[in-house]
Amino acid sequence: MAEFTLPANSKVGVGDTYKAPAGASRIKTFKVYRWTPDDGKNPRLDTYEVDLATCGPMILDALIKIKNEVDSSLTFRRSCREGVCGSCAMNIDGTNTLACTKYIDDVKGDIRIYPLPHMPVVRDLVPDLTVPYAQLASIEPWLKSTTQPPTRERLQSPEERAKLDGLWECILCFCCSTACPSYWWQGERYLGPAILLQAYRWLADSRDEAKGERLDNLEDPFRLYRCHTIMNCTKTCPKGLNPAKAIAEIKKLLIERTV
Amino acid sequence: MTDRRTPLARARGLGSAKEGVHHWWAQRLTAIALIPLVVWFAISLVMLSGADYQVVRAWIASPLVMVMLILTIGIGLHHGQLGLQVVWEDYTEGAFRVVMIVLTKFLAVLFGLGAIIAILRIGFGG
Repeated sequence: MAEFTLPANSKVGVGDTYKAPAGASRIKTFKVYRWTPDDGKNPRLDTYEVDLATCGPMILDALIKIKNEVDSSLTFRRSCREGVCGSCAMNIDGTNTLACTKYIDDVKGDIRIYPLPHMPVVRDLVPDLTVPYAQLASIEPWLKSTTQPPTRERLQSPEERAKLDGLWECILCFCCSTACPSYWWQGERYLGPAILLQAYRWLADSRDEAKGERLDNLEDPFRLYRCHTIMNCTKTCPKGLNPAKAIAEIKKLLIERTV
Repeated sequence: MTDRRTPLARARGLGSAKEGVHHWWAQRLTAIALIPLVVWFAISLVMLSGADYQVVRAWIASPLVMVMLILTIGIGLHHGQLGLQVVWEDYTEGAFRVVMIVLTKFLAVLFGLGAIIAILRIGFGG
């Protein structure tokens, strides 16, 4: 169901301000969403002044510096710091992206950081991704084959393998799904761009033998057809992938077997 | 009611409806058909501007115009109700959604039938 204002207990207030240390030469201001389930208070936007002269170039570097040197209670997910794990997906400067691959210098003015939109918040910048993970499991993202397995690798031609390019690179950071209004309004019934791209990754795999079954499970007004080609997914993808095209390809396959 | 279902049970829900292709395909086909129909209708309206009642009546009564008008109205309303259904599905839920979808479809048929009978009556006299 569409929601156009935040619930009363989700309205974001003004938080604390942490000044840069004396003698800081290149100050950048970070405004970071803070919320904890422990104190019963509304979320707030804390302000941190960071001296870029002693900070790495990425947003994630600044967050880690804040956590290490200013406020150890600041909570966020991070792991690989090089854009392959998908942990540090968050809303930075109004766009969902990875904190580890987003340059601080690319943001003009104060840098506002929120958790991924329209997900329940566990704490601070950590969203609850239980539903998208379960949706990923629901499309059964593994190779399905009933033919006796070969004694060696399952062969693909270079052309068949090329069809997986632009699909296998997805790191499941859910920047796309949480940027999609259809996913905001119907998050439990619409699978969202990230999961549909994964679904297409298996539909496009020449080794998979379950295409019909996969399409049966996708053909649904909500699971698939909530996509109205808004294109937020493609615009925001930090890996430069095109989930909207993958969804269009699924729709084409469904037409192909019908018409 | 506390939701004690597992995440996978929530994600799977009631399973796939195994439909949606027809709706999507019909929406595209009607959209394509409406391009020439609406252009024809707009040009006709411009050509008819200033014409009196009898001229417009005679225009509607010509067989080709009757076919084109019935197509424009019928396909337009079909396209419109398909689109409105998507709006209800996107932005509403529960019993209200069902009521609005049913109401939309009923009204589309009512308006369509009314318009078509009016055209036929002009065309075949009455």
